[in-house]
Amino acid sequence: MSTLTVPHTPTLVQAPNTLPPPYVIEEELASDRMVLNMGPHHPSTHGVLRLIVTCDGEVVEKAVPDLGYLHRAIEKISENVSWKQVMPYTDRVDYLCAMNSNFAYALGIEKLAGIQVPKRAQYLRVIMAELNRITSHLLCLGAMAMDLGAYTPFLLAIAQREVVNDLFEATCGARLTYNYFRIGGLAWDIPAGWEKACHAFLTEFVPRFDDFNELITGNTIFINRCRDVGVISREEAISYGLVGPNLRGSGVKFDVRRDEPYSSYEDFEFDVPIGVGYPGTVGDAYARYMVRVKEVYESVKIIRQALKNLPSGDVLAKVPGSLKPPAGDVYVRSENPRGETGYYLMSDGTNVAVRVKIRTGSFTAMSIFEKVSKGHLIADLVALIGSLDIVIPEVDR
Amino acid sequence: MGMLENKLPENVIFTSVDDVINLAKEYSIWYLLFATACCGIELMQTGASRYDVDRFGMIPRSSPRQSDLMIVAGTITHKMASRVKRLYEQMPNPKYVIAMGSCSSSGGPFSKFAYSVLNGIDKYIPVDVYVPGCPPRPEALINGVMLLRTRMRQERTLVVESPLLTA
Repeated sequence: MSTLTVPHTPTLVQAPNTLPPPYVIEEELASDRMVLNMGPHHPSTHGVLRLIVTCDGEVVEKAVPDLGYLHRAIEKISENVSWKQVMPYTDRVDYLCAMNSNFAYALGIEKLAGIQVPKRAQYLRVIMAELNRITSHLLCLGAMAMDLGAYTPFLLAIAQREVVNDLFEATCGARLTYNYFRIGGLAWDIPAGWEKACHAFLTEFVPRFDDFNELITGNTIFINRCRDVGVISREEAISYGLVGPNLRGSGVKFDVRRDEPYSSYEDFEFDVPIGVGYPGTVGDAYARYMVRVKEVYESVKIIRQALKNLPSGDVLAKVPGSLKPPAGDVYVRSENPRGETGYYLMSDGTNVAVRVKIRTGSFTAMSIFEKVSKGHLIADLVALIGSLDIVIPEVDR
Repeated sequence: MGMLENKLPENVIFTSVDDVINLAKEYSIWYLLFATACCGIELMQTGASRYDVDRFGMIPRSSPRQSDLMIVAGTITHKMASRVKRLYEQMPNPKYVIAMGSCSSSGGPFSKFAYSVLNGIDKYIPVDVYVPGCPPRPEALINGVMLLRTRMRQERTLVVESPLLTA
């Protein structure tokens, strides 16, 4: 078993003649302002994000996000279909971690209806969620490297992602939008031999991910592109309500899995990595990147523990066909790869929801964008978007 | 010279101009990297390590002005639709469109209740191939591209407009 630490400690090489952002334009040197539209079709905005960038030469004065290009009215749809039929739509709220999105909704409705989930299902849910966290982080890290000009890490990341996709396909038949979770457990048990395949993946994956790190994480060019870019201080991160790796990158040790355990997360031992100030500063793009790298190793740790102690038994509790939770409302939160995801569910005792409100991590990350992007170069915006790990359907819903 | 004279008869291929053009078109489909939602991830994975559409001469381009094929991957909302049309108009001829996934084909799971989703991109731009699925597997997308290639093979660029032929 490999030592689960990040193998390549980056050595800091300062690029010559570079000053860290933010850059301030002196009033005598200022020129006419130029307004640029970045997006909605831009390869590095991860979908259909549109930024209205006011800049003086290369320096960004203001970058205002324009949202709503992918508003699919998922919350409104949830008020028209039955409780159980909402589950496939939660897949599409955040398709990079569909298992986690299912997870949060399932937790909410189980709390509302008072359904006890079998222990085996709880463990399997944790395994699925952590596997999906690995794939989501892999795509984020690979895409961030690709946006900054390194194509090979992206291919390495996707190669590993495909292996996890095979594992998911064996359990539920889908590669991206799984719809594997059910209210009260899981749709099916895992097929025979799946645990062995999962173990094989983990043993294969850790050295491959080490390779990935050696290629890009300690790369001087990459570090110099990311360090001191988009610094979010601890106080700002808290006051803007950042969640997940973006919050932890700013040095706040908060993780819903650890601080408010759900679905037997209290059974597992894992660390909550936070941003360190080397290289660069706490809360810069590199710190957020590094938190994600470390979280992948932590996820591997959790999956190994869960597979080792996997209980036997049923995977689905007894749930009535037409589920009618008692009148009332509930708010649950779970830790997604993009941070805390909250579901506020309101029921009036019928089989259709009165209100389903989804709170997502990408949306809060968007809110701080205007403040953080000020004084950066246009090229640094790409690093900033990549490090905030924004998924547009999660913002627009 | 003697060597060339001996070799040349075997290497000469008689063909039509149309076939040469179609051959070039078929094996260099540069597609626009245009992803909006879930299908975009499958599109990304189709272009990356395992499925590797580079072997069919398909290279992703960021600019519509360099692309031949637009793969509309993901849900198109009413707000986005005019932008899609504009991107399509920026592409040079000959241009093709694949509607990937049920959202861009018909609105998919959002068609009934969502007030903001366009029910099929074919209301704005002409679509050549529809690939069903939510999202389609990379194999399905590659199959869609193969269908498009058979269509390309039948195209005639040089059209002889003779009154004798049309009469």
